[in-house]
Amino acid sequence: MPRITVTVDGVTYEEDVEPRVLLVHLLRERLGKTGTPVGCDTSNCGACTVLLDGKSVKSCSVLAVQADGCDVVTIEGLGTSGSMHPMQQAFHEEHALQCGYCTPGMVMAAIDLLRENPDPSEETIRQGLEGNLCRCTGYCNIVRAVRRGAQEMGQAVTRS
Amino acid sequence: MTVQEVGQPRKRKEDARLLTGRTQWTDNLTRPGLLHVMFLRSPMAHARIASVDVSAARGMPGVVAAFSGQDFAAEQGSLPCAWPVTEDIVIPDHPPMAVDEVRYVGEAVACVVATDRYRAADALDAIEVDYEPLPAVVDMNEALASDSAKVHEAGNKAFSVTITSGDIEAAFRDAPVVIDRTYVQQRLIPSAMEPRAVMADTDGESFTVWSSTQIPHVLRVMLAVVTGIPEHRIRVIAPDVGGGFGSKLQVTAEEVLCLLLARKLGKPVKWGESRSEGNLTVHHGRDQIQHVRLAADSDGRVRGLQVGLLADMGAYLMLVTPGIPMLGAQMFNAIYKMDAYEFGCTGVFTTKMPTDAYRGAGRPEATFAIERVMDELAAELGMDPIEVRRRNWIRHEEFPYTTISGLTYDSGNYEAATEKALALFGYDKLRAEQADRRDRGDPVQLGIGVSTFTEMCGLAPSRMLGEANYGAGGWEHASVRMLPTGKVEVITGTSPHGQGHVTSWSQIVSDALGVPFDDITVLHGDTAIAHKGMDTYGSRSLVIGGVAVVKACDKVREKARRLAAHLMECSPDDLDFAAGAFTVRGTEQSRTIQELAYAAFTAHDLPEGVEARLDSDATFDPDNYSFPHGTHLCAVEVDTETGMVKIRSYVAVDDVGTVVNPLIVEGQVQGGIAQGIAQALFEEAVYDAEGNLLTTTMADYLLPSAADLPNFTLDRTETPATSNPLGVKGVGEAGTIASTPAVVNAIVDALRPYGIHDIRMPCTPERVWRALEGVRR
Repeated sequence: MPRITVTVDGVTYEEDVEPRVLLVHLLRERLGKTGTPVGCDTSNCGACTVLLDGKSVKSCSVLAVQADGCDVVTIEGLGTSGSMHPMQQAFHEEHALQCGYCTPGMVMAAIDLLRENPDPSEETIRQGLEGNLCRCTGYCNIVRAVRRGAQEMGQAVTRS
Repeated sequence: MTVQEVGQPRKRKEDARLLTGRTQWTDNLTRPGLLHVMFLRSPMAHARIASVDVSAARGMPGVVAAFSGQDFAAEQGSLPCAWPVTEDIVIPDHPPMAVDEVRYVGEAVACVVATDRYRAADALDAIEVDYEPLPAVVDMNEALASDSAKVHEAGNKAFSVTITSGDIEAAFRDAPVVIDRTYVQQRLIPSAMEPRAVMADTDGESFTVWSSTQIPHVLRVMLAVVTGIPEHRIRVIAPDVGGGFGSKLQVTAEEVLCLLLARKLGKPVKWGESRSEGNLTVHHGRDQIQHVRLAADSDGRVRGLQVGLLADMGAYLMLVTPGIPMLGAQMFNAIYKMDAYEFGCTGVFTTKMPTDAYRGAGRPEATFAIERVMDELAAELGMDPIEVRRRNWIRHEEFPYTTISGLTYDSGNYEAATEKALALFGYDKLRAEQADRRDRGDPVQLGIGVSTFTEMCGLAPSRMLGEANYGAGGWEHASVRMLPTGKVEVITGTSPHGQGHVTSWSQIVSDALGVPFDDITVLHGDTAIAHKGMDTYGSRSLVIGGVAVVKACDKVREKARRLAAHLMECSPDDLDFAAGAFTVRGTEQSRTIQELAYAAFTAHDLPEGVEARLDSDATFDPDNYSFPHGTHLCAVEVDTETGMVKIRSYVAVDDVGTVVNPLIVEGQVQGGIAQGIAQALFEEAVYDAEGNLLTTTMADYLLPSAADLPNFTLDRTETPATSNPLGVKGVGEAGTIASTPAVVNAIVDALRPYGIHDIRMPCTPERVWRALEGVRR
């Protein structure tokens, strides 16, 4: 059984995994990182989105062995203790979540979207989040939250 | 000066946990020694099970047990149908795991219990099932033919019902205008983002079931009834639940079987469904063929309405399957006055997944049909669709109004909502642009869709449910307890799964007791904590559960008043209550409710007959349904060359009565509209002629993404309900009920000059293009 070394939310793990094990199952069932949920089995919904070496991936479509030597950030690794990441805060301010099941993936995808385009238009946000499905909100407030998050993050960069 | 909490756009208390991944989805939970369950499901729509051999699976690595339906036959009972809508309804036996016969693709025929989900999946492959195929029954009309194959021994008709009010023959006799249409409400897959999951554990005597359910209380009763395990030995917990939309208003095979597996094995077991499994086996929604006839005078006045439904039940009757079309029985007449009304419905068995509640449940179907037909009437008469509605709707001064179908609408103002919507929409300007595009022969045509809807919400007055032969009541329960330190614990019988009850209930309690919003917590979804409840569905939670919270607070306040009077040596009548304190009228002497909570706790000096607690509970059972309404207007651009439909603008003015939290109300309306648009444009569960579901994944069943939807312009009018002290009407289903006909009316409006008067949903580019090709030839 292959042994992998993977850093998740700042902690480095060494794990023996079957080659067929999905990254999301490693996260959820081995490492206790249940903040990342699974919403489908065809990589359509995006609920399981995490950052793999800084880029968003759907962790149901990545094998755990592919993450060997990589740095994974999940929704649980955002922000600092006691304060949320600006994007999480923006989702709260704009009421961009209802049941909250798609939210971890939506937030991670939004952060990745801003990496490529720090000041996206509404249209860019809508296109950029196409791979993340939400059944509750109708997306209006999610789009607003990403705009707000972008502004907050832009200011955070300017200030530092 | 204290600000009234009700009406404030409070940010949600629920969010922080959900945003940081500290969630309690059922599939996140674990127990020491937890085993994983997987089900083998029928690949045949209809077959006799000749044999099931699980022996090879039992020997595989990590496998603890494997069972077939035969192994459960003596103990699994029959999944319940709580709504026998007629006396002679056929309710077939519905074993949680098939024993002799399968009747839809996806029905469970065997299961494996293993140390992890990968081992369980491996072992499923080793199970051998010998099926003897039987004919699939897919089409409702064919199912009712005398020579059809039978889904059940008793035949393919579950029930048939006709309700008449007024002289329907007279209404149609010599009517200058008769509109006769048939609409298809396609089958939908609810698609809550959280797939279902169940965990069950036992200490040898009692059982705990965690489930991704909307109805922990109903589920507990039903698990007891189905399995024979005494109710007091079953505890049901709905932890965080990721959306429901009616799909988790169910007593499922998997819930029963996981409970039985925990009993058989004496160990904790968990099952989590994959999305493909869910598309096959989470109950579906809609699926009706609606034959609608409307008679009118030449000035547009509606004389009568005749509705005949075929409703696809699927293979079995589940919890409220036959009741869903019947929830529409009194809604086809909608906001309109008429002389006569007839409603007929036949429930039909097919070899497909059973249908049941899906957001709106019977009311979207009804609203779609009447709003489509009112547009057809307007077109027939060359009248503006707003005008034809205006001539028929109940005027605001006519409330309360008893409709032709027998409901009494307590309040509403259709004129006000419509005027506001027309102004926001820029109706006249869009009509001018439409005329211009038509004149120019623009390949991109503009269509305007109108939907002036109402719905019956706040399910439901127990007396009326009894009259409808429903197996339970419609009351709701709440407890409110002041803790010694002055904080407040609220226990609600509702079971939220995204609706923000913790926030809204806190606002209600803050006003009622004068306690800060942040000092209030709300507990729910665990039958050991919230011991009574009727759960969350049918836009009922605020209208019934929220009012129960108010009533419990009233009792707490009155207890506090007696205690305050005793401590300040005055009459209870001499006390004024404001901002969380009782003050002796005309003096400075006062006690805060927090001080009184502590005094009740210490119990050092209680008046005669007052117990040492400042808490209370209450149930609320309304006298009537509530009737939210609104006017939704949609403008679409239809590319007549490609068939592509683009929503250009969407305006919704909703009247949901008093608003507790405008942020949450807006969110509900936005999400609801999106779901209704999804029915109009994107979604359909498709079965082939052999009864195979073709849309088993999210790659085939198209939920709209952010890129597929526009922003919505929302506003409100506020006509308080008179049937409850909060004046609230409910908002969970409004958007979904209103938006589907608004969109389809807009598409048809764009295409009417081409001689097209209907497009079957979902109105995909292909369907629109084919309709245009049909008339071009």
